[in-house]
Amino acid sequence: MKNKSKALQILLRPVWQDNPINIQMLGICSALAITVQLKTALVMALSMTFVVSCSSFIISLMRRQIPKNIRIIVELCVISTFVIVIDEFLRAYLYDISKQLSVFVGLIITNCIVMGRAESFALSNPPHLAFIDGVGNGIGYGSVLVGVAFLRELLGAGKLFGIPVIPKFLYEAGYENAGFMLLAPAAFIIIGLLVWLQRTLTKGGDANK
Amino acid sequence: MTENLVSLFVNSVFTGNILLAYFLGMCSFIAVSKNINTAVGLGLAVVFVLSVTTPLNWLIYHFLLAPSALSWIGLPGVDLRFLKFITFIAVIAAVVQAIEILIDRFSAALYAGLGVFLPLIAVNCAILGASLFMVERNYTFTESLIYGFGSGVGWMMAIVTMAAIRIKLRYANPPYGLEGYGLTMIVTGLMAMAFMLFSGIAAG
Repeated sequence: MKNKSKALQILLRPVWQDNPINIQMLGICSALAITVQLKTALVMALSMTFVVSCSSFIISLMRRQIPKNIRIIVELCVISTFVIVIDEFLRAYLYDISKQLSVFVGLIITNCIVMGRAESFALSNPPHLAFIDGVGNGIGYGSVLVGVAFLRELLGAGKLFGIPVIPKFLYEAGYENAGFMLLAPAAFIIIGLLVWLQRTLTKGGDANK
Repeated sequence: MTENLVSLFVNSVFTGNILLAYFLGMCSFIAVSKNINTAVGLGLAVVFVLSVTTPLNWLIYHFLLAPSALSWIGLPGVDLRFLKFITFIAVIAAVVQAIEILIDRFSAALYAGLGVFLPLIAVNCAILGASLFMVERNYTFTESLIYGFGSGVGWMMAIVTMAAIRIKLRYANPPYGLEGYGLTMIVTGLMAMAFMLFSGIAAG
């Protein structure tokens, strides 16, 4: 029973309290670029969860065998292998989305979340916990991604998942899409505001500053 | 031809700034932009590594990985493109390590300035990102040279400016929660907006 609650805690901690993007400031690079549409953000979040959980699992399995001074190279190899798998998968089954994500799937390799989890968690914990930790971080990352994408697509294009949701009479009444939301600066500002919101709600996240 | 290269350079520094338009290298951008001196140091290291790795990866991609690139050793029709991620990251890590050793050997002063930043750079997404963009946009060898250098300069400019702004912000009194990271993101957003206005220049 005790074991179970620990696993649950590991799963949930990174989702809110230790959110990789909003609190730990990791993995922001890709979080911003692919949040113009909900669809791409969702695919990216799933790919990320897959890569971080699987690579944490494998690295944790090998943690006693990896020599300390070449561990970064070993970690990078494991991570890139999973990224190649997911990239080939997207190319085969979701070609359009893979075109839109362009280089950002590849950039999961250098995403600090994956490396960070491998270094700080997988190397010192058993495989099943490392896997759960990876899933938790993937969800934490994904929820911010989807949140930002939701705001940007709704306000910028008036759509969700490519389907128009703003009713027509609003446009007739003079409402206009804020095209600015689709541009790069808006992503920075939205993330900034989200961080503000979350830090105010979870006072005490000071340790990471 | 040269006109193209100049506009590519201007484009990679300003409108297509690798940090402000493509969001690459954010992690170190936020972590290291607290102080101008370290920002300049990291910026220089990024310029250096980008201008070496991007053309190097171009050579590797076009002579080893691209479809039928191996025909020069009698293996036509081999397509190793799927290996590009792992190859590029290995090349980057190796180059960074080699540069670190060289600098350590030949210039103690430079090592003191840049040395600590070099390991950080191996996992900076801007470096890998530039190589991947180079492949995706089909740059020629010269273009990849210019692009690598230009992206580095653009990144350095962004981080140094940010460090300067953050030093001024130290005396500001933002609400709790916005302080630090949140404020940095919003300021970056404003900077990105300013850089977008350069787009008129690149077109002309």
